[in-house]
Amino acid sequence: MDFAGAYAPAHLKFLLQGFLVTLEVAFISIVLSFVFGIIIGVIRYTKIPVLSQLLAVLVETIRNLPLLLIIFFTYFALPEVGLKLDKMYAAISALVIFESAMLSEIVRSGLQSIDKGQIEAARSSGLTYMQTLWYIILPQALRRMVPPIVSQFISLLKDTSLAIVISLPELMNHAQIINGRNVNFVIPIFILVAFMYFIVNYSLSLLSRRLEYRQR
Amino acid sequence: MLRYSILVEHWDLYMQGFGHTIKASVLALIGSLALGTIIAIFRIAPIRPLNWVGTAYVEFIRNIPLVLIVFVFFMGLPAVGIRFDSFTAGTLGLMVYTAAFIAEAIRSGIQAVPKGQMEAARSSGLTYLQAMRYVILPQAVKIVIPPLGNQFINLVKNSSVLGVIAGLDLMYYGDLISSKTFVTFDVYIFVALFYLVLTIPLSLGVGYLERRLLKAR
Repeated sequence: MDFAGAYAPAHLKFLLQGFLVTLEVAFISIVLSFVFGIIIGVIRYTKIPVLSQLLAVLVETIRNLPLLLIIFFTYFALPEVGLKLDKMYAAISALVIFESAMLSEIVRSGLQSIDKGQIEAARSSGLTYMQTLWYIILPQALRRMVPPIVSQFISLLKDTSLAIVISLPELMNHAQIINGRNVNFVIPIFILVAFMYFIVNYSLSLLSRRLEYRQR
Repeated sequence: MLRYSILVEHWDLYMQGFGHTIKASVLALIGSLALGTIIAIFRIAPIRPLNWVGTAYVEFIRNIPLVLIVFVFFMGLPAVGIRFDSFTAGTLGLMVYTAAFIAEAIRSGIQAVPKGQMEAARSSGLTYLQAMRYVILPQAVKIVIPPLGNQFINLVKNSSVLGVIAGLDLMYYGDLISSKTFVTFDVYIFVALFYLVLTIPLSLGVGYLERRLLKAR
C-alpha cells in the first residue's frame, strides 16, 4: 500500500473534480425528479381516470427495475432507436426516470397522509378542489415529505456511482483511473473515496433527522 | 416490434444469467440476514462498546455506494492477496451492504415491541437473553417481515451491480448477448422482463403482508 503516492496532490485534485461531477449530476437529477415526482404523485393522488392508471403501471415497472439497467438503456439502447445522448445526459435521464418514480410514491403517500377532514373543511368553506390541493394539502404534505426526500437524495448520490458503467467522469470513475496506475493505490484510494461519500451523505442524514425531530 | 428470435436463440444464456441473479440474491440474503441480525443485536445490547461498533457499521455502510463496496472485494482485497472470483466478490459486497439495512429494519422492529414486555419478562425471572429469545424476538419477527421483504426486492435489483465486475448475472449476460448480436434495445428489454418476473411478485407479496399487518394492529 502506498498512501503517499495515492494521495499525491494531482490525484486529490482529480478525485475532487470527479466528486464535483457526482454532486452536479445528483443535484440536477434530484431537482428534475422532484418536479416530475410531484406531478406524477399529484395525478395519482387525484385519481384522474386512465392517466393515473397508466402512471401507476409505469411507476411500478420502473421501481421494480435495477437502476443500472435503466442507465444501460438510456446510453446503449436509445441510440438504436435514434435517440443519442452523451454520457452526462444519459446518466441524468436514467437517474431522473428512476428517481421520479421513487419520489412520486413519496409525494403520493405524503398527500394521502393528510387528514381527509382538511379537504372537507376547505371545500365547504368555498375553495375549489384545485385551490384546496394547492393551498391546503400540498403545503402540509410537502413538510412531511422532507425527511424521506432527503434520504432519497442520499440514495441518488450513492447511485450516481453506477454511471461508472458508461464511464461518466464522476468520483468512482476517477478513482478507478487512479487505481489503474498502480495496484498499491487501490486501498488508500478506496478509503479516501469512501470517506468523501460518507461525509456528504452522513451530513445529509443528520440534517434529515434534525428536520424530522423539529416536526414533532 | 421486438425481435423475439433473440430471446429464443439466446435462451440458455438468459437462463444462466437469471440463475446467477437468483443465486447471488438468495446467498446475499442469507448472509445479510445473519450479519444484519448480529449487528442489530450489537446496536441494542446493553453494552456500550458493542453499540458503537453496531452504529459505526450501519452509518458507514449505508452512506457509501454499493459499487464501492463491491470494488473493495473485487480489487481492494486482491491488492493485499485475498482473491475471490467476480461472482463471489459481488455477492459478498451485496451481503455487506444489505446487512446494514437489514440491521436497521430488525433494530426498529425489536424496538417497536413495547418496553413493558422486556420489563415484565425480566421481573418474572428470565435473563436478558431469555427474554429476548422467548418474549421480544417472536413479537418483533411479525413487524420486521414486510421491511425485510422490501430489502430483498432491493437486493434483487442491486444484484445487477455484479454486471459491473463481470459477475455472470443477468446484466452481464445481457451485455454478452448484445455484443454477440449487435442489438441492444431488444436484448435489454428482455433483461428487464426477467428482472420484473422476480421483483413484481415480490412487491405484490410485500404489499399484501404490509396491509395485513396494518389490519392486525
